[in-house]
Amino acid sequence: MSPEPYLGDVAHTPVRHHILSVLVENKAGVLARIAGLFARRGFNIYSLAVAPAEGHARFSRVTIVVDAESAPLEQIMGQLDKLVNVVAITDLAPSDAVERELLLATIKTNVANRTPLLDTLGDAGAAIIDVDPGAVTVMLAGTPGACDALEKALEGFAEVELHRTGRVALPRLGRAAKA
Amino acid sequence: MQLTGAQALIKSLEQEGVDTIFGLPGGAILPVYDPLIDSTIRHILVRHEQGAGHMAEGYALATGRPGVAMVTSGPGATNIVTPIGNAHMDSTPLVVITGQVATGSIGTDAFQECDITGITMGITKHNFLVQSAQEIPRAVAAAFHLATTGRPGPVLIDVPKDVTQSMMDWWYPATVEEFDLPGYRPEVPLDEGAVARAAALIGQSERPVLYVGGGTLKSHAASELLAFAERTAMPVVTTLMARGAFPDSHNQHLGMPGMHGMYSAVTAIQKCDLLISLGARFDDRVTGKIPAFAAGAKVIHVDIDRAEFNKVRRADVSIQSNVACALRALDAAGATPKNLDGWWKTIRSWQAQYPLVYDEPTVDGPLRPQHVIEAIAAKASPGTIVTAGVGQHQMWASQFWKFEEPGTWVNSGGAGTMGFGVPAAIGAKVGRPERTVWCIDGDGCFQMTAQELVTARAEGIPIKVAILNNAYLGMVRQWQEMFYDERYSEVYLNADLPDYVKWAEAMGCVGLRARNLKEMHEVIEEANRINDVPVVIDFRTDSSEKVFPMVAAGASNDDIMVHPLQRGASK
Ligand SMILES: Cc1ncc(C[n+]2csc(CCOP(=O)(O)OP(=O)(O)O)c2C)c(N)n1
Ligand SMILES: [Mg+2]
Repeated sequence: MSPEPYLGDVAHTPVRHHILSVLVENKAGVLARIAGLFARRGFNIYSLAVAPAEGHARFSRVTIVVDAESAPLEQIMGQLDKLVNVVAITDLAPSDAVERELLLATIKTNVANRTPLLDTLGDAGAAIIDVDPGAVTVMLAGTPGACDALEKALEGFAEVELHRTGRVALPRLGRAAKA
Repeated sequence: MQLTGAQALIKSLEQEGVDTIFGLPGGAILPVYDPLIDSTIRHILVRHEQGAGHMAEGYALATGRPGVAMVTSGPGATNIVTPIGNAHMDSTPLVVITGQVATGSIGTDAFQECDITGITMGITKHNFLVQSAQEIPRAVAAAFHLATTGRPGPVLIDVPKDVTQSMMDWWYPATVEEFDLPGYRPEVPLDEGAVARAAALIGQSERPVLYVGGGTLKSHAASELLAFAERTAMPVVTTLMARGAFPDSHNQHLGMPGMHGMYSAVTAIQKCDLLISLGARFDDRVTGKIPAFAAGAKVIHVDIDRAEFNKVRRADVSIQSNVACALRALDAAGATPKNLDGWWKTIRSWQAQYPLVYDEPTVDGPLRPQHVIEAIAAKASPGTIVTAGVGQHQMWASQFWKFEEPGTWVNSGGAGTMGFGVPAAIGAKVGRPERTVWCIDGDGCFQMTAQELVTARAEGIPIKVAILNNAYLGMVRQWQEMFYDERYSEVYLNADLPDYVKWAEAMGCVGLRARNLKEMHEVIEEANRINDVPVVIDFRTDSSEKVFPMVAAGASNDDIMVHPLQRGASK
């Protein structure tokens, strides 16, 4: 198969990522099926988050942020839809979604960096959730952009261990009013 | 009624109307082989599990019904991975049952444990690891539903040994709802707007081509295709997976497109203004260099699988439907192209200038492989089913045999699996015992799965195998000759080793050999007289023969190479 599908002369909208909110059956191996599909078809994932779906023991909701340039979105959705355990897929353009992610970081502290660190955390709106004499653990629940900014700001500090969950998203309310 | 899981499994297969299982037992599947003794289902004991898988495929492709195979865990399961992958590529409905170690042992590297659902995740339409005996009927019913509806494909059911040994209360799902497949919607309502847009495109077309793929056969749409093609007078091409979907004898049929397609079929696609794809998927073996493929054409793409749309080629109109429904809807919409007399005149000139040709046979041999196929076809009873391995012989079989009806051409297309031919022929013959079944095989392919002729003899399945023995992995040799400066690397096989006649005889078959024209005609006559045991014929063919026409891999279809006899003539 050709690595680059020939798509004729249609213009591409250069949206970097899309958010797919995927309702799946809560069955063993369903995440492996999704991950395997993305791997074997060469679709890139920025992040993937799983949680029980609202009010159903039978279903889970997987929020996948896909690189819509690694493959046409139509392909990604079409292939995903063929997975028998996938029940429904909602595609959200970034502008139609509210997205949040969680960042956790542990930073070694000392007398010199304490003040600048507190300033940085204060600016970012991050909260301290664990402390010991030589380190703090902080969290930020924010937009992916806010998490990016805090991650960047923390680069100035030595010995930072940082984890991000990847984003979850829901449709923006009142989209109809916006148009 | 209380049953063991094993009994429930066999009873579930009976409920699905299964008449034949191809398989081979072992530890983990042992419980299921016990109630099989009391079942009406015929079990064909294969000599290698790959054979079971390809037999099930041959059965499915010849009958249109799902093929069923059953093997044990571990190596039994991994041995059937190739046929599963093959069936996945060719959308062939299969249900494969594998034994698994007991649930308590899963994950412990137990004896003959292997993660077969993990291994086959990417090459099945779906697979199940059954967790309790009570769930067996649902898994079986769902597997058959999945394998045969929408875009068909292989489904695997992995059954742990303790599950088949424990007791359950017999039940069987009565409705699709009970299959518990909330995410599976194989059919969508026909998009009438798309049908109308397609009909409008057809109405403007002066040079249309019906590009018929395997989905046309899978949706049993041959009669709709014939009616539509005849009403609209459009030219038809049938891909390797669709041979038999439209009669080769029909004067609107241009033959097979693609890498080794007919000049007229390939060129009609290149020059058409509207390409109507019916259950085809724009495979690279058909398109050649994609940007150069039918570059001036608008495209109508009919497929049951929406993921095929715009995967390779942007469609102007896509219709998600099975082919039969879509053709009926296009007929109802009155879709009719412009007058096609001029288009046909051009096509007829291509057909006249570049028919299929081959070098004159020599009386003393070696034989021309194309001639052998024509000679077999000339003496074959109508409706004969032909299977093939993969290689030059496969392409010649597709080119030179004339297929008139669905289910008569059984081959490995998308995966190109050497060794498919013999077991597929056995499966086809089991499914259609009233038909003659010929396997056109290569010497290389034959050596991969020939042991299944023991199965054929033991089970009384009288197939006929024609080995086109060119002493080479011929298709690879052809590429080395044409694209690697005739540097032949690891392709020589030796026509005399093995001795195919003795091998056939050792497997309880009749073995025959033909080196010249006289012998060729004699052995074909003799093979046709034998109807009780399998026959194998070693036809000694010319090693230097190449398949033409040919489009080099990755080249534009405009650069099709015709047979050397036709070169020099102006295009
Ligand atoms: C299992 C497998 N291995 C390797 C190949 C690559 N391959 C394609 S055709 C071919 C040669 C087949 O030789 P033979 O059966 O003698 O057929 P011929 O081309 O000579 O007619 C090979 C090695 C393949 N398609 N399948
Ligand atoms: Mg050969």
